[in-house]
Amino acid sequence: MSDGPAVEARGLVRRFGEAEALREVSFEVGPGEVYGIIGPDGAGKTTLFRILVTLLLPDAGTARVLGRDVVKDLWDLRTRIGYMPGRFSLYPDLSVAENLAFFAALFDTTIADAQATIAPIWVQLEQFAGRRAGALSGGMKQKLALCCALVHRPEILFLDEPTTGVDAVSRKEFWDLLGRLREGGLPIVVSTPYMDEASRCDRVSLIQAGRFLVTDTPTEISRGYPRPLFAVRGPNVLGLLSALRRFPHTAGAWPFGEALHYTDDREGADAEQIGRELTAHLEAAGLSGVSIAPIGASIEDAFMWRMAQERAA
Amino acid sequence: MSEPAITARDLTRRFGSFTAVNAITFEVEQGEVFGFLGANGAGKTTAMRMLIGVLQPTSGSATVAGFDIKTQPERVRRRIGYMSQKFSLYEDLTVRENITLYGGIYGVSNQDIATRTGEILTRIGLEHAGNELVRDIPLGWKQQLAFSVALLHRPGVVFLDEPTSGVDPITRRRFWELIYETAAQGTTVLITTHYLDEAEYCRRISIMVDGAIAAMGTPTEVRQAVGAATLDDVFLKLTRPGAAA
Repeated sequence: MSDGPAVEARGLVRRFGEAEALREVSFEVGPGEVYGIIGPDGAGKTTLFRILVTLLLPDAGTARVLGRDVVKDLWDLRTRIGYMPGRFSLYPDLSVAENLAFFAALFDTTIADAQATIAPIWVQLEQFAGRRAGALSGGMKQKLALCCALVHRPEILFLDEPTTGVDAVSRKEFWDLLGRLREGGLPIVVSTPYMDEASRCDRVSLIQAGRFLVTDTPTEISRGYPRPLFAVRGPNVLGLLSALRRFPHTAGAWPFGEALHYTDDREGADAEQIGRELTAHLEAAGLSGVSIAPIGASIEDAFMWRMAQERAA
Repeated sequence: MSEPAITARDLTRRFGSFTAVNAITFEVEQGEVFGFLGANGAGKTTAMRMLIGVLQPTSGSATVAGFDIKTQPERVRRRIGYMSQKFSLYEDLTVRENITLYGGIYGVSNQDIATRTGEILTRIGLEHAGNELVRDIPLGWKQQLAFSVALLHRPGVVFLDEPTSGVDPITRRRFWELIYETAAQGTTVLITTHYLDEAEYCRRISIMVDGAIAAMGTPTEVRQAVGAATLDDVFLKLTRPGAAA
């Protein structure tokens, strides 16, 4: 494997009629890096993946994968890329083993030759080898699709929303598997709508409306939250939300799991001071039994902050 | 407190030799937001299909919105709202046409349909797009529209099957605020979701494992009962007993 970047995208643009699916997207994936593209449905994730795996031409910009141009070198690239599309694309009427054998044959290889690569996944799938792929659970379908994407021992893996619609435990297991693949040095580009999965990546880009909002390590993205952030807890959620939004310094108040997250618009202000003012404000609004604590931002906080900034701009 | 909005007693459904739902018993109070959680294949969908009156139980019983799901399923269906994961809006009809169509199906009077159409469009901020085809509006709005349509006939209980999949975090939260408002007006909400942080927004939750309810209570009660710090860990402990760290 080369030491150059696994992916280099420069100014990628793609339109569908009037709609701009991708607006000047640029990024690099380092060798052996697990890179997350994180954003909601319709943000442009699938369009980006389809360009990178040579299935769609960009309207402008260039992209190189493993040092090869995705437009000019597509035939060379296709045998080197592993791609798991977002929609389940295996044959539901074939068994697990038949699907795998079929994809191995397409790439002129065999399951036996691929054993070393697919072993960590195959041990979990083997018990269902004879079952029709269409009759697998969601989590097992994803694992089979991952196996099929790996069977020709690709040099890079593109996984488009591999965990969408899968329950929380299966999602965790899937990421554990990706962790084992990355130990072997395989670069992985993976998209997801679940913000909490960002922490499993080396670096992530947050994507919204065809544009990258930010690119960094998950830790830096959280650390870069630009305003004081607080967790507010209390019995009356709707009342708390509306009172927080009426506070003169509010820059955002949203439900966040068992707490509300409140962002103050005063950059660098003293957290204790803000806490006292908030307490007084909420008490004046008739809300009692409320606790307020300064907290660090999650990826989701950061995403929402950037989204709000984009919208205001 | 008035009588519960949902009561299930040993509700069971078998398919051949497979027991999809195994004697589940629970109650949901009126105006409660109840999270119905479980891994893929745990039996949530089967249970929900019985509760909305489209699948008969093998044994056990349940009442929903005051009616028996076994003997009065058609009355249950008339008193509940249901929003499926692939919400059933007509993509080729406009926003207004969808509201009118569903209003008609549920027997809402023309006058009420007209008033409620205005209310819905204002509430979800879609006034400008009433005459646009549903296929042309963003996913987040489709979800809010589908939810509003499910409430059009003022049902006592509304069932939401993974309503927030795939939208951005702000839109997801707006949806939850709609849920809170709906519950505050007295409508009972039963919701399934794969986002465990959303489970925390529910007053109470149940977690299904292999057809049975493995844990139930407020999110805090469930965390304490299972002995886990987060709902993620609760889920892991209950569904993969051997794998818990």
